[in-house]
Amino acid sequence: MSNINNLNHLDLLLFGIYPYVAMSICLLGSWARFDLSQYTWKAGSSQMLSNKGMRVASNLFHVGVLFVLAGHFVGLLTPASVYHHVISTEHKQLLAMVSGGFFGMLCLIGLLMLIKRRLTDARVRATSSHSDIMILLVLLVQLLLGLFTIIASTHHMDGSVMVMLSNWAQYIVTLQPIEAAKSITPVGLVYKLHVALGLTLFVLFPFTRLVHMISAPIWYLGRRYQIVRQK
Amino acid sequence: MSHLLDQLRFFKRKQGEFSEGHGETRQESRDWENVYRSRWQYDKIVRSTHGVNCTGSCSWKIYVKNGLITWETQQTDYPRTRNDLPNHEPRGCPRGASYSWYIYSANRLKYPKIRKPLLKLWREARLTMEPVEAWASIVGDKAKAESYKSKRGMGGFIRSSWEEVNEIIAAANVYTVKEHGPDRVIGFSPIPAMSMVSYAAGSRYLSLIGGACLSFYDWYCDLPPASPMTWGEQTDVPESADWYNSNYIIAWGSNVPQTRTPDAHFFTEVRYKGAKTVSITPDYSEVAKLTDLWLNPKQGTDAALAQAFNHVIFKEFHLDNPSPYFTDYAKRYTDLPVLVLLKEHTGATPETCGYQPDRFLRASDLTNNLGQENNPEWKTIALDANRNELVSPQGSIGYRWGEKGKWNIQAREGGAGDEINLQLSLIGGETAEVAFPYFGGQTHEHFQHVAGEDIQLRRVPTRSITLADGTQAKVATVFDLSAANLAIDRGLGGANVASDYNDATVPGTPAWQELITGVSREKAIQIAREFADNADKTRGRSMIIVGAAMNHWYHMDMNYRGLINMLILCGCVGQTGGGWAHYVGQEKLRPQCGWLPLAFGLDWSRPPRQMNGTSFFYNHSSQWRHETMSMHEVLSPLADKSQFPEHALDYNIRAERGGWLPSAPQLNRNPLQITRDAEAAGLSPVDYVTKSLQDGSLRFACEQPDNPANFPRNLFIWRSNLLGSSSKGHEYMLKYLLGTKNGVMNEDIGKSGGVKPGEAEWVDDGAIGKLDLVTTLDFRMSSTCVYSDIVLPTATWYEKDDMNTSDMHPFIHPLSAAIDPAWESRSDWDIYKGIAKRFAEMSVGHLGVEKDLVTVPLLHDSPGELAQPFGGIDWKTAGETPVPGKNCPNMVVVERDYPAVYKKFSSLGPLLEKLGNGGKGISWNTQTEVEFLGELNYTVRDEGVSQGRPKIESAIDAAEVILSLAPETNGHVAVKAWAALSEFTGIDHSHLAQAKAHEAIRFRDIQAQPRKIISSPTWSGLEDEHVSYSAGYTNVHELIPWRTITGRQQFFQDHPWMQAFGEQLMSYRPPINTRTIDQVKGKKSNGNTEIVLNWITPHQKWGIHSTYSDNLLMLTLSRGGPIIWLSEHDAKKAGSEDNDWVECFNTNGALTARAVVSQRVKDGMVMMYHAQERIVNVPGSETTKTRGGHHNSVTRVVLKPTHMIGGYAQQSYGFNYYGTVGCNRDEFVVVRKMAKVDWLDGTDVGGIGGDALPQPLPTKV
Repeated sequence: MSNINNLNHLDLLLFGIYPYVAMSICLLGSWARFDLSQYTWKAGSSQMLSNKGMRVASNLFHVGVLFVLAGHFVGLLTPASVYHHVISTEHKQLLAMVSGGFFGMLCLIGLLMLIKRRLTDARVRATSSHSDIMILLVLLVQLLLGLFTIIASTHHMDGSVMVMLSNWAQYIVTLQPIEAAKSITPVGLVYKLHVALGLTLFVLFPFTRLVHMISAPIWYLGRRYQIVRQK
Repeated sequence: MSHLLDQLRFFKRKQGEFSEGHGETRQESRDWENVYRSRWQYDKIVRSTHGVNCTGSCSWKIYVKNGLITWETQQTDYPRTRNDLPNHEPRGCPRGASYSWYIYSANRLKYPKIRKPLLKLWREARLTMEPVEAWASIVGDKAKAESYKSKRGMGGFIRSSWEEVNEIIAAANVYTVKEHGPDRVIGFSPIPAMSMVSYAAGSRYLSLIGGACLSFYDWYCDLPPASPMTWGEQTDVPESADWYNSNYIIAWGSNVPQTRTPDAHFFTEVRYKGAKTVSITPDYSEVAKLTDLWLNPKQGTDAALAQAFNHVIFKEFHLDNPSPYFTDYAKRYTDLPVLVLLKEHTGATPETCGYQPDRFLRASDLTNNLGQENNPEWKTIALDANRNELVSPQGSIGYRWGEKGKWNIQAREGGAGDEINLQLSLIGGETAEVAFPYFGGQTHEHFQHVAGEDIQLRRVPTRSITLADGTQAKVATVFDLSAANLAIDRGLGGANVASDYNDATVPGTPAWQELITGVSREKAIQIAREFADNADKTRGRSMIIVGAAMNHWYHMDMNYRGLINMLILCGCVGQTGGGWAHYVGQEKLRPQCGWLPLAFGLDWSRPPRQMNGTSFFYNHSSQWRHETMSMHEVLSPLADKSQFPEHALDYNIRAERGGWLPSAPQLNRNPLQITRDAEAAGLSPVDYVTKSLQDGSLRFACEQPDNPANFPRNLFIWRSNLLGSSSKGHEYMLKYLLGTKNGVMNEDIGKSGGVKPGEAEWVDDGAIGKLDLVTTLDFRMSSTCVYSDIVLPTATWYEKDDMNTSDMHPFIHPLSAAIDPAWESRSDWDIYKGIAKRFAEMSVGHLGVEKDLVTVPLLHDSPGELAQPFGGIDWKTAGETPVPGKNCPNMVVVERDYPAVYKKFSSLGPLLEKLGNGGKGISWNTQTEVEFLGELNYTVRDEGVSQGRPKIESAIDAAEVILSLAPETNGHVAVKAWAALSEFTGIDHSHLAQAKAHEAIRFRDIQAQPRKIISSPTWSGLEDEHVSYSAGYTNVHELIPWRTITGRQQFFQDHPWMQAFGEQLMSYRPPINTRTIDQVKGKKSNGNTEIVLNWITPHQKWGIHSTYSDNLLMLTLSRGGPIIWLSEHDAKKAGSEDNDWVECFNTNGALTARAVVSQRVKDGMVMMYHAQERIVNVPGSETTKTRGGHHNSVTRVVLKPTHMIGGYAQQSYGFNYYGTVGCNRDEFVVVRKMAKVDWLDGTDVGGIGGDALPQPLPTKV
């Protein structure tokens, strides 16, 4: 525990404590919203109001963001001992930079188109809540920060920073906040901002339309024609 | 319990399968169902109805939830009818069911608003001036006035406040009253029965300041002049339940399921009882599918068909094989036995000389007035068969005034009261050749004619009598004249009669009508026989349901008299299950006598100023400046043309000067100034005016319509979409009254060289923009609002307290405020109260207690109807001295206490105790009711004129005034009213109300359940346990005379103008030529074929007039914008297909619409359901270069002089009773496919394809 003293308090707060706060809010908030306000649990599509360019923009954004999210999940949480069977650290970083950069750019183009649409199309704008606009802007900042980390990563192609970040993530999910905070302390500012804002997205998640991502109606595909409820 | 925890059972919720795996049973939460439960939960239900002009008057449940109106459903708690008669409910239609959409829609008016250029001028002026001065500075400056008038209809409204709009309106009114006269402040609101308190709000305000209310029924052309001509009564009709009592119904030009939707069930139910139904409509309309037989005469030729029906009925049931019932009915209840004087007719050759019908023989024509001292000129004469003597049967109009007890239609003569048996025919004695006009030979480009002499001599049984002056004269009965008029061969020899129905050369035969109408002679004969045979067997249970379609033709009287004559010949009028069921426009204002004092301020001052709408608009919107028709075209060939002017306005001016028709504006000077001038001259106002009229220093305003002194200045429009629906000659209204952009495509008669009126002053440049201020009250942004200067948001029908009645059923309905008026809207009552208050405050210093000279025409149901015994003419034309009440309007000085207008508005005045209350010629003491109202509404405590008077603060107070004063809703008053009538008739009628003497209906009663009214002498039917309401019932069964010259139903009209215009008796007259095509057809080509079609504008399916036609739900059900209907053949000729954009235009203007091509439409006609709101989906016109108009953009009003007749028994003026009517069906249009559809919108302003959204009303100028 003596090591705590070596820690920057802000780092501890943001990367050691905040993740749990954020995830708690995310879970409890989602639960509360799911239980109390089912009719607000929706994607809030505005496609009906304006369909122009929607297909391209929405698909670019969603394809990009789904890949990027999956990349983060796999990249951060797979222990080195596991992925070393498949790929070296350096190559993993390169793979992350190239694929993440490509899909990040797709996502960025889509997102910019969606933002333009949301702000300039009179019908869409008139029906947008503050939250709808805010979340797009936050996603934009987060995406840009993420893309900037690619540039930053070109200065250390050895994967060392990547390892620190995945250690942080793995410490967090294994409930070792101090170790987590310590492991992220050395990374550059752009990484820290990206992580902090990423955690903030967890906070925002239950209060925005982002919730739609966990309610895809895929079960509908295999559903019986008629459903009868008992009682 | 928890949606999330429920998910834990995600994989276990399946309980089993069924139907081979297509279904699945699950165990899962059903909480979601609560959402749907709460969707249909509500906090309260309030009873209201729709104050729209549909005559439905349906009771609705209005649901309120969370303070908002959510939806409405039909009420089903009407009082029962009787045994063996279906109940009324449920009443309602999809239009009414969509009403709640309006309340929170974008169309809803939310704030008072004013057009920007006017508001800017006003605010600038108000910086330095007080309100009245400020208004004067704007309208007094030509450039300023033009700057805002020319922008009418162009948008640019600014949100204002009630304070500001009330100030502007009050300032404009004070200024106008002071400067130009109160008769320059005009109000237009139709159909009081829709929402009688709201109507009364505006009319009470206007009447108290001396403004003029315009009539609407005539203007809509729904007023059938044939009704007063025949019965001295305007539109008294059976309730729809009485259809069920009928055995034979002809639906003639009435599309029952579409336009009487809530009543149509009686029409279908009676068929199950075994009644036969026939429809007569040119198109295959909805009613046609309900009937056993459908006849489709060429549109506009119905009178020819009716004439043939009458030919058959008269011949078979009155001559060849007389029905004892019909004969008895004809003797007692009709003018058929009454004698008509014949005068000599000089033809071109000796063979064509003979006689022609002149007028009814009167007691004054006979020696010693036949013993009649009182009104012998007004007592008609018949032959008593018992004694073979001339007698004056009781009940003629001479018995109504100046004596008591003999005005009834018992079979007695008016001397000793001996019983009489009137002789219908003089056949068997001498005969004479009598000349009848024949109009069916006149040619018309689009209608068939049957050639024939225009004057036809026929042999008529006559009798020679000696007149008082010793001369010999020939007389004939109306019966014999009618038979000759129908060209029935009675074996008397002579020409122009037929014994064979197949003789097509003689006017009136079934074969003759076949050539004109296209209906086969066999069908005409069959229907006539069946109709009469049924009536004979059932004692009159044959009925004709008719809409106003036929009344919209120029010669509407011939159409209507044709079918009315059928009913009278068959003894159907006044009988249960029989009679004339004309449903349109004039919803019956059941508690009329209670309403009149409230509505026209009769409790404070009498008489009110009223003006007939049609003459007003014809004159003041300068439609006369574009007159294309000479009245000589419609004169009878028997008339001396030199005695009659050509221009219609000349007739109207003569009628106004003679007191036949009302005037507003009245004279060419402020009537407040006239009384001051009279005082200065030391003369009584009446003497002063008659003297000044005679020396020409004072003239009637109608003689100089282009003189600014005579402009109507302020116009209030409420409960109406005048400019979006009923503005016949719409484009002329825009041009002349409003002074804004318009689509008129012809020059005035000054430039085109037409016939100018001789009586009216001609000015080369016709005045435009006559109105200084147009104020409209509405709940939705209608076309009229678009053209107004100030728009005031009113409460909807679910947000105000009011009352509604109908002629279709006997119940009185409430409108109730389910919620407070939304946004800043207010009820009409509160709006006018607010204006009255501001007006009263502002008038101080400008107006005090003033003397207002009111001119009043010779009114029906008053002794004035005896003013001109043998016709007569106005004083000026006759070169006589004006004598008010004789050859000139009556003149009454009315005191107006302008600063007390508000106090008067909001309390019940003292004249009711002083002068009593009444209506339709009778009156009664109403002191008890006024005292009661003081207890019910409380009395005013504030000092002033109203101190101690019963309060009328709220709309409910106003409703209670109506209910307490009216015989229909207060049994005590009903008893008094019947007693008052008994004095006239000498028959005790009180048994009709005695049983209900203690019944009284209050506003809260009708909110609990619609209440059935009490029978009253205001109406001619009874509402009873043994009989449904049926018009004329008390005439037939209580022997109360019809209010006509003979006291009986009139086949014959004997006013000199009726003679001159060839309408003494009914005969077919072809449509007129309006000359609106040649100047434009082929002149503005767009490359597409142009075809000419007859312009037919029936009532629509997706709206009630314009209301609902802009409602999203109705737009969704219909095609979502203006449409016209044309036949497949015509569409093919025009190279047009279904849904094409087409333009309809003529010299009057143009409109754009999409084409519906349908087999149901007859070739040669194009139908546009009238009053499709212009604010939805209307592109620009290729001919006018401005936005397409509405159905009245291609019309212009053409007047008929016979409707101006006044001071002559039943042909005397009454507000919405008689007068000129705005006909429009003789019109033709060019129909052409559009080459380019231009919406005249940029995408930036939210036009089609634009993304701009509705913006909040701007608040800054």
